[in-house]
Amino acid sequence: MTNFRNHLYFLLLGAIALIILPYFISSRFYIDVLTLIFFTAYLGQSWNILGGYAGQFSFGGVMFFGTGAYVSSILLTTFGFPPIFGIFLAIMGGALLGLIVGYMSFRSGLKGSYFALITLAFAELLRVLANSVEFTGGGVGLFLTYAPGLSNLQFETPVGFYYFALVLMFISIAIVYWLESSRFGAQLVAIRENEDAAEALGINTLKCKIYAIMIMGAMGGAAGTFYSQKYLYLDPPIAYSIHLSVEMLLVTIVGGMGTIFGPLVGAFVLHTVNEVARHFIDTPGLSLIVYGLILIVIIGYLPNGLIGAFKKKEKKSDSTSLDKKTSRGGS
Amino acid sequence: MLNVSNVTKRFGGLVAVSSVDLEVNEKEIVSLIGPNGAGKTTLFAMVAGFLKADEGRVDFENASVLGMRPHQICQLGMVRTFQITQPFAGLTTLQNIMVGAYSNTSETDRARTKAEEVAEVVGMTSLLHQGADGLTVAGRKRLELARALATDPKLLLLDEVMAGLNPAEIDDIVTVIKGIRDRGVTIFLIEHVMKAVMNLSDRTYVLNDGKLIASGTPASVAENPQVIEAYLGHGAAEAMAEGA
Repeated sequence: MTNFRNHLYFLLLGAIALIILPYFISSRFYIDVLTLIFFTAYLGQSWNILGGYAGQFSFGGVMFFGTGAYVSSILLTTFGFPPIFGIFLAIMGGALLGLIVGYMSFRSGLKGSYFALITLAFAELLRVLANSVEFTGGGVGLFLTYAPGLSNLQFETPVGFYYFALVLMFISIAIVYWLESSRFGAQLVAIRENEDAAEALGINTLKCKIYAIMIMGAMGGAAGTFYSQKYLYLDPPIAYSIHLSVEMLLVTIVGGMGTIFGPLVGAFVLHTVNEVARHFIDTPGLSLIVYGLILIVIIGYLPNGLIGAFKKKEKKSDSTSLDKKTSRGGS
Repeated sequence: MLNVSNVTKRFGGLVAVSSVDLEVNEKEIVSLIGPNGAGKTTLFAMVAGFLKADEGRVDFENASVLGMRPHQICQLGMVRTFQITQPFAGLTTLQNIMVGAYSNTSETDRARTKAEEVAEVVGMTSLLHQGADGLTVAGRKRLELARALATDPKLLLLDEVMAGLNPAEIDDIVTVIKGIRDRGVTIFLIEHVMKAVMNLSDRTYVLNDGKLIASGTPASVAENPQVIEAYLGHGAAEAMAEGA
């Protein structure tokens, strides 16, 4: 129990630090980098719920982001519907897409790499579709006007978007926090660990997996609105970029799948490495190589991510007495 | 309580289970024995909803469960364990058992209390916070039992929970199973360990090559010439194969 309380204090302290941070940073650049870190951590967290907790790896997570972005942007440009309400429709759109994709792929028993590939295919399908229909602006894309104000979810300073991204990230952490201590979370983890056993113990595995992908979809939808209101432009290659699908799984895997802070840690480390490499290396392309090498090292040597490595060390140092007890149980 | 009638399962040309009829009554311990490959696990899988029978009926408490998915059958009160243990390896013993307990409550505290109670019943209290991947074979078999028990079943289907255990561990688990029956749970078990079958069962069914060849009290079944033949014939064939 004290452990839990310490955890909460630590959490509260971290949250307060992030909330007051902009008052100490005057550089627009750093605020933007931090905003991007929160945004990626948020998307990573959405991937983490389905991938890290339920064990269903998707390779097309961007589809929810893109769909949400289009929903609120089209509503705004065509009907003048304010994004502050549009974001909720984007959330619903993402969840609905999650329901459709989840039902179709889980119903037919797709798992592992097959599920990863089908999600990739869905994302690509939507990209091609967005390119060829009229109401998305096709290849030309959608231009949003800059009119700062809360109803437009646009802000005059980067600090506004910083807080927007921070709130999203806090919500995502709260969701996963709830998962960690709830029945639904336990059921997802059971499905990840052993689906047959989960089913035998009364878990409706199909329903749970569909709920998980709907949560991921809802979260991705909100991220889409955030992005389009910040960058004011949307076209199919941006909305459904494979790069973003990869990034959300990458930050989670690097940070630690199935952990509360994995996506945040991963997003922080990867973005920092990326920025530092770009800053210090002038030769074009070389910074990417350095970034890639660091990625290989992390994934190769820390299969459980950075959080996993940290946890292992903690265990080793404070549980020697427990280890003695368990070492009897060899096989 | 459980009525299996005329159930058949084919895998391609192989008839794994051939028109089997059997029943399990409330508060009984009924065992299903037979040589390896006789179709026992296949029969269990059909009863628990993991495989679909090609023919026949499976009724639980006078309602057909055919075509239901395993989690629905579990919610009705019939739960199986796996012969090859299927722990949630990344979780602790407590978390494993809690997954079972969650089938009746959505509250974490109640699930934990229930899991601790069940751990007490199967004698795993000291292992609650150990990772399931570090358990011994006996530990894993107990965990299978505990998880299933935590769902509060009316009928427990146990698939070889004693295989791979030493005599002392078998005596322990026999006591545990009797304790479970005394709490009002009906038990249907597949077992190879004859001593345990004799000791535990009220009635025994014998399956060979997918067909039921005998049934009755354990003692009468053990004297049945057909049963002896099924087992010894199998053994002799093995010995000859080894000799050649």
